Amino acid sequence: MLRELYEQLKGRFPLGELSEKRPDLAFITLPREQLRPVLLHLRDQEGFTHLVLLTAVDWIEDDRFQLTYLLHDRQGARDIGLRVMLSRQAVIEGAPMESIHDLWPTAATYQRELREMFGIDFPDSPGVNEDFILEGWREIPPYRRDFDTLKYSNETFAPRPGRESQDPAQHMKAQLYPDGA
Amino acid sequence: MAYQADRSQYPSRRPDGSLDIDLSSGKYLKLWQGPQHPGITGNMSVELTVCGDEVVEGKTHVGYLHRGFEKLMERRTFIQCFPIVCRICVPEPDFNEYCYAAAVEELAGLEVPERADWIRTLILEMGRINSYLMYLGGQAGALGQGVIGQWTTYVRDLMLDRFEELSGARIYHMFIMPGGVRDGLPDGFDQRMEETLREIESTLADVKDVMFQNAVFKKRTVGLGYIDPAIVDQYGVTGPTARAAGVAKDVRRDQPYLVYPELDFEPVVGQDSDVFTRADVRRRDLLMSVDLIRQILARMPRSGAVMAPLPNVLHWKIPFGETYICGECSRGEYGYYLVTDGSGYPRRVNVRGPSYTHAMALLERLIVNCNISDVAALMVSLHTYPPEIER
Amino acid sequence: MTQTNEDLLDDDLIEHAPVKEELRRRLVKGPDGVEFEVEPLRDYYCEAPPTVMPAAYSKIIEGLFNWARAESLWILGFGTGCGAIEMRPLMTPRFDAYRYGIQWRPTPRQSNLFVISGYLSVKTLKRVIRSYEQMPNPKYVVGLGSCTINGGMYFDSYNTITRLDEYLPVDVYITGCMPRPEALLAGFEELKRIVRAGKGEGANQYAERFDWYKANQKRVIHDWDMPDYNW
Repeated sequence: MLRELYEQLKGRFPLGELSEKRPDLAFITLPREQLRPVLLHLRDQEGFTHLVLLTAVDWIEDDRFQLTYLLHDRQGARDIGLRVMLSRQAVIEGAPMESIHDLWPTAATYQRELREMFGIDFPDSPGVNEDFILEGWREIPPYRRDFDTLKYSNETFAPRPGRESQDPAQHMKAQLYPDGA
Repeated sequence: MAYQADRSQYPSRRPDGSLDIDLSSGKYLKLWQGPQHPGITGNMSVELTVCGDEVVEGKTHVGYLHRGFEKLMERRTFIQCFPIVCRICVPEPDFNEYCYAAAVEELAGLEVPERADWIRTLILEMGRINSYLMYLGGQAGALGQGVIGQWTTYVRDLMLDRFEELSGARIYHMFIMPGGVRDGLPDGFDQRMEETLREIESTLADVKDVMFQNAVFKKRTVGLGYIDPAIVDQYGVTGPTARAAGVAKDVRRDQPYLVYPELDFEPVVGQDSDVFTRADVRRRDLLMSVDLIRQILARMPRSGAVMAPLPNVLHWKIPFGETYICGECSRGEYGYYLVTDGSGYPRRVNVRGPSYTHAMALLERLIVNCNISDVAALMVSLHTYPPEIER
Repeated sequence: MTQTNEDLLDDDLIEHAPVKEELRRRLVKGPDGVEFEVEPLRDYYCEAPPTVMPAAYSKIIEGLFNWARAESLWILGFGTGCGAIEMRPLMTPRFDAYRYGIQWRPTPRQSNLFVISGYLSVKTLKRVIRSYEQMPNPKYVVGLGSCTINGGMYFDSYNTITRLDEYLPVDVYITGCMPRPEALLAGFEELKRIVRAGKGEGANQYAERFDWYKANQKRVIHDWDMPDYNW
């Protein structure tokens, strides 16, 4: 069902590959210039009127941020995810990303969160620079992979002595095979 | 003659659409409702700018409950994530467990036994009843009817007892885990469940008489907080809030999961899209859940495995992939977006809580021109739980 | 108090966090046309630091006071975390905490017991400190759940504090995640025993070690845009 839609879309827009997860869920990678036209087409022509979520994934090894726009079609009961890859280095240096708050007003909230948690800037989005969740945050954005939350917590919050935590696999190995076999 | 509000003192709009509010003019007052306030749904706050007793601008502030779950899960193994996900949403924790478990199962290719699916559905419906009972108490409480809260909390406690005999815990059950559920039903559960359901039904009949037939409740809620059906999709409105606007949107029927295809039900739909209708839709939805639980108990298989064999969870690696799992919780569409990268840890988890869109964009729109005394009722009627906004 | 309000206004505020618009000093014109200056951080707060409250002059009187305090624990209705959900069953007939003289108040001015219901994010901690300081003496703090003791589930979170007693004086901890209503009642009974024995000295401890508490609080709350003590 979604493959047909993909073939149709492919005739109109240059798209990346399709990965089908379930009959009602598929992800399409696309270049970022195509994002807005494809979103508009899906929303107005194909019935994907509901923006389910907008989030980012940090692929630090490949120096990329993946933005995922998940749309839902109520009549067809199907979801489609659009993946846009951004250069991580460019984002850290402050490269802007296009805002879609005029297509879905709720996108402004998601973009505010992404700005705070990943440091991805959406300059046109309303109120994007206001504090959303954190207050007085001074470190790098916390959802980035290179932010170490345990280290930050230990340095900032004075942990109570006596609490130990272990790697579960190592711990069980030591318990089951005390002689190291 | 109808009451005409004097709006001569109201702020004008700037060309870009924002309000021109000059605090030093003495006409406006900033009023914080929350986080320490009896008229707020949990630990969040709304910054109101009022002119007289009417709100001209409202702004939701969240983040008071942020624990960084999405970060914490990235440094826990798949099985270590299972006990922490339920803490994302307190009044209805089971949806987190189900969505997380289903996402992991799909990516790992696990087949769940049929009996586990039935028990999962049962638990989700029990959780929905709990959540709605809390809502009814809160909605009445926001308008000064304390007694409804006393009644519904009592029957909710009975339901928590059923949870306790099932899972050993009242609030955080940790019962639905990747691969199935922890155990089958205890002996005599059906009978005690039936007694609880009867108690709930009789309480709801009382609630209907005392709350929904109450002149004060009707006068204050009919027409309050109208949501235009046309903006339902634009603003990401889901669940009973959307159904009260006449949009028959129910994930249980649209994208059936677990054993919902085998159950007999129709989404409850309202017409008027105001606070009263939303409360009424939730009350009827609650009765539907009671019916669903009866259907489940009558038809579920009583023997068989409840857990699929899991690989060694200490070295459990899940191949590269991503998926989105959603379900219909008592507030709307609850979803998990899970990305794995072939290691023993999730790469990224994103939780789509329905309150995220309801409490931010939608509330800020509805709250304009609302009377200060109605703000609490309006906020409760959207059924927002702050912990699922900020995780 | 090591730092006066003057310092706070000039250095801390302006350097680290821009002062919110409504907190700035400004001229306000009233509806009657009279202009007056408003400086919210000065005008609305008392600047005096907390003081140690001495015991009553006689042991019998103090004993009577302590008995009365123990029998009327009024909880501030501020659900700071997930533990707040078990407060509701406590308020209703099944567990009925009212029979022990425990009730919930909507404002800090009327309450003397602060139940920190679970994890505290840094943002909430700031509000909790403000609410705590607004409560009249003598006042008590109950830490609810494992996450107030050592971080519990959230020991590695970047946004929740791990030890409550670094920031506020705690009288009783109730363990569990989450503690059952029975555990809460037992904890409140324990607090009553402590108060009746005259050992509920949290507020005095806070006044005595005020600088230490403030230093700890300011280490985690980065945008400190309020006076040191806002009674």
